[in-house]
Amino acid sequence: MSLTDAATQIIVILLLALLACTATTIVRMRDLWAAVMLTGIFSFLGACWMLILDAPDVAFTEAAVGAGIATVLMLATLALTSREAKKPPAKFPILPTAVVVMLGSALVFGTFDMPYFGDPSAPAHSHVMQEYMNDTVPDVRQNASHHDKTHDGHADEHDDFQHSDAHHGVGVPNIITAVLASYRGYDTLGETVVIFTAGIGVLLLLRGRPARRDREDDRR
Amino acid sequence: MKQHSILRVTAKMLIPYILLFALYVQFHGDYGPGGGFQAGVIFAAGIILYGLVFGLQAARNVAPPSVMERLIALGVLIYAGTGVAAILGGGNFLDYSVFEHSLLEGHLPHGQHLGILLVELGVGITVAAVMILIFYSFAGRERS
Repeated sequence: MSLTDAATQIIVILLLALLACTATTIVRMRDLWAAVMLTGIFSFLGACWMLILDAPDVAFTEAAVGAGIATVLMLATLALTSREAKKPPAKFPILPTAVVVMLGSALVFGTFDMPYFGDPSAPAHSHVMQEYMNDTVPDVRQNASHHDKTHDGHADEHDDFQHSDAHHGVGVPNIITAVLASYRGYDTLGETVVIFTAGIGVLLLLRGRPARRDREDDRR
Repeated sequence: MKQHSILRVTAKMLIPYILLFALYVQFHGDYGPGGGFQAGVIFAAGIILYGLVFGLQAARNVAPPSVMERLIALGVLIYAGTGVAAILGGGNFLDYSVFEHSLLEGHLPHGQHLGILLVELGVGITVAAVMILIFYSFAGRERS
């Protein structure tokens, strides 16, 4: 194991330990305002960890949605309710604890079947992904070599490249964007419609009454 | 928050860069990490920060709710419209290979690249508008 690998391991262990500490603190905390702030910190730690796992796109989303928007919405909700959580009952909850422990054990048991991190034979890497990689990534290499060639004066290669690019691959260096927007364009359209529906739903639920009152004010 | 001058000055300095970064993530998502969803959320975060520091009404003036309501639908329309345009061009739904053109070669994106830029723009517009509107409807409620 090289020095950088060892350093990464230490950082990962520290981050996961901090995640566990933050989660435990949130559960035990009665002050809701501090709990909301800690969920923001939890999301940021999660984003850092995803960055170490080479998933910058997911880390981006986690930091922007989890730490940014969600924290603001929780604070806005907090302004409408009390800042203290209710005191838990003094009696020890036997049944809920048993259910939680059993569910947790089942989930941990389920992870034993999952492939190891970075395993090249994992299902996620071995089926269509192989095709996507072959179709997308060589385009980038071609692109780089193409630029070298034009610098050498072979300008006539230009048109050949443009056409091969169009028919064989997506030609976008970020393979995640290529998969999301092109290969899996239907799914992303579905996701966008889900966000659309969610937005409309929230608007109908939360804004229905004040809007009607405004209109009545206008009539008067 | 009229008395917090440090917050107001810092927010004023930061918001342009947050919006610029959102546009960078939006239009550079095909080269670097990011894309429509992340860009939309970052853009909304900029507007929400403005609303938090300068008041809800100020944010409503900058990004009027009636415009945002239309933008929610516009984003989905851009995405689905790109797919329909591909059909009209002779391909399958959302098959961007038909967007080949030789207009301003080397400057304008074409083919798959153009299609990806368009659908990401649609995603970004819808996400930003939904996030801003959800913030408005949460922050605009009074304790009952």
